[in-house]
Amino acid sequence: MNWDWDAVRDFMPLFLDGLAVTLQALALGSLISFTLGLVWALLMRTPTRWVRWPVGIVTEFVRDTPLLVQLFFLFYVLPEWGLTLSAMATGVVAIGLHYSTYTMQVYRAGIEAVPAGQWEAATALNLPRARTWRAVILPQAVRRVVPALGNYVIAMLKDTPMLMAITVLEMLGRARLFSQQHFQFTEPLTVIGVAFVVISSLASLLLRTLERRLVR
Amino acid sequence: MTTGLWELVLRGVWTTVQLLVLSALLGAVVAFVAGVARTHRRWPVRFLAGFYTEVFRGTSALVMIFWVFFVLPPAFGWQLVPLWAGTLALGLTYGAYGAEIVRGALLAVDPAQNEGGIALGFTPGQRTRKILLPQAVPEMIPPFSNLLVELLKGTALVSVMGMGDLAFSGNLVRLALQESAEIYTYVLLIYFVMAFALTRLMRGLEGRLKAGVR
Repeated sequence: MNWDWDAVRDFMPLFLDGLAVTLQALALGSLISFTLGLVWALLMRTPTRWVRWPVGIVTEFVRDTPLLVQLFFLFYVLPEWGLTLSAMATGVVAIGLHYSTYTMQVYRAGIEAVPAGQWEAATALNLPRARTWRAVILPQAVRRVVPALGNYVIAMLKDTPMLMAITVLEMLGRARLFSQQHFQFTEPLTVIGVAFVVISSLASLLLRTLERRLVR
Repeated sequence: MTTGLWELVLRGVWTTVQLLVLSALLGAVVAFVAGVARTHRRWPVRFLAGFYTEVFRGTSALVMIFWVFFVLPPAFGWQLVPLWAGTLALGLTYGAYGAEIVRGALLAVDPAQNEGGIALGFTPGQRTRKILLPQAVPEMIPPFSNLLVELLKGTALVSVMGMGDLAFSGNLVRLALQESAEIYTYVLLIYFVMAFALTRLMRGLEGRLKAGVR
């Protein structure tokens, strides 16, 4: 096995571009999954089962099927339906949608963990329902769930390479591009492998600090 | 869709099932070895197992698959059959997640059980095998069930390497038909049914194991 540092150096510009794309997809995907997950979690609490059942079935379906196939589905089917998004937008939507079915469970647990006394107090104070959610329940619930949401951000990071399959040039896509041009596979693939380990370790360190400050 | 195309899909299902079973077996072995090693009394063993889990949990499964397909052959001078390469990458990656489950379940066993074993003169190995694991294993089943569904979803990644699994045959059918909504809906449904069957299977297993303990 011969390791070529020149290849590492040549790969660096591509690597940094890929890193930027990866982080961008991660940030947008996280935003979508956080919002959509909250929407699913709230819909699952509506009194009528005509809302709860469809939402439950659809989210279960999305959660239990491969993100890769969902990416293909959105990438090839949406244009057939007349909606043409860029590859990056499709990827971000797919990742956000996929992970929203995980974050909804996090939110649900967070909402259920708010003590019943808080609900009763809100009723006793005659707070309107929307105000109860906005001012009493959600601030307490969201605080509790931040660490768990962070874990899903890390999981999402490790799923971003799949975007390569729909032509987004994130880290793995750039590594493959470089390999095909220079016939050097070892260096770029190892560089991005190490990059993933480093980024996710740093992220989990950061998360643990955040957890100590938020959850007391 | 013609019968020929359905045959293609079925062949893909078969490859996915093979890959799932093989990598689940490898993953389970790795998970138990690394998970038990992380509770070992000697620190070098703990450190090595911890290093393995951190590295493999830290990288992306798809990057690992690329690595096994493209970096291992030139580095060691041999190349694996795609099925085994996929098994190796998936088994090692998901095994690392499984190791955390095993470790957590072992640590969750009441410490008095271990102390009872010490008082009765069991060796450390006997304590792990005869006291800790029998109590910890039933508790591992629900998280393992989730992990197995994750692994099933992970098997789709090998299609990127051109391995003819279910996702790959879905792509072939799309190319043949020039139409994607139908085939991808079928493919997603098949994955969903497989995931459903897996969770049912694991729930049954959990019931039997728990009946044995209490």
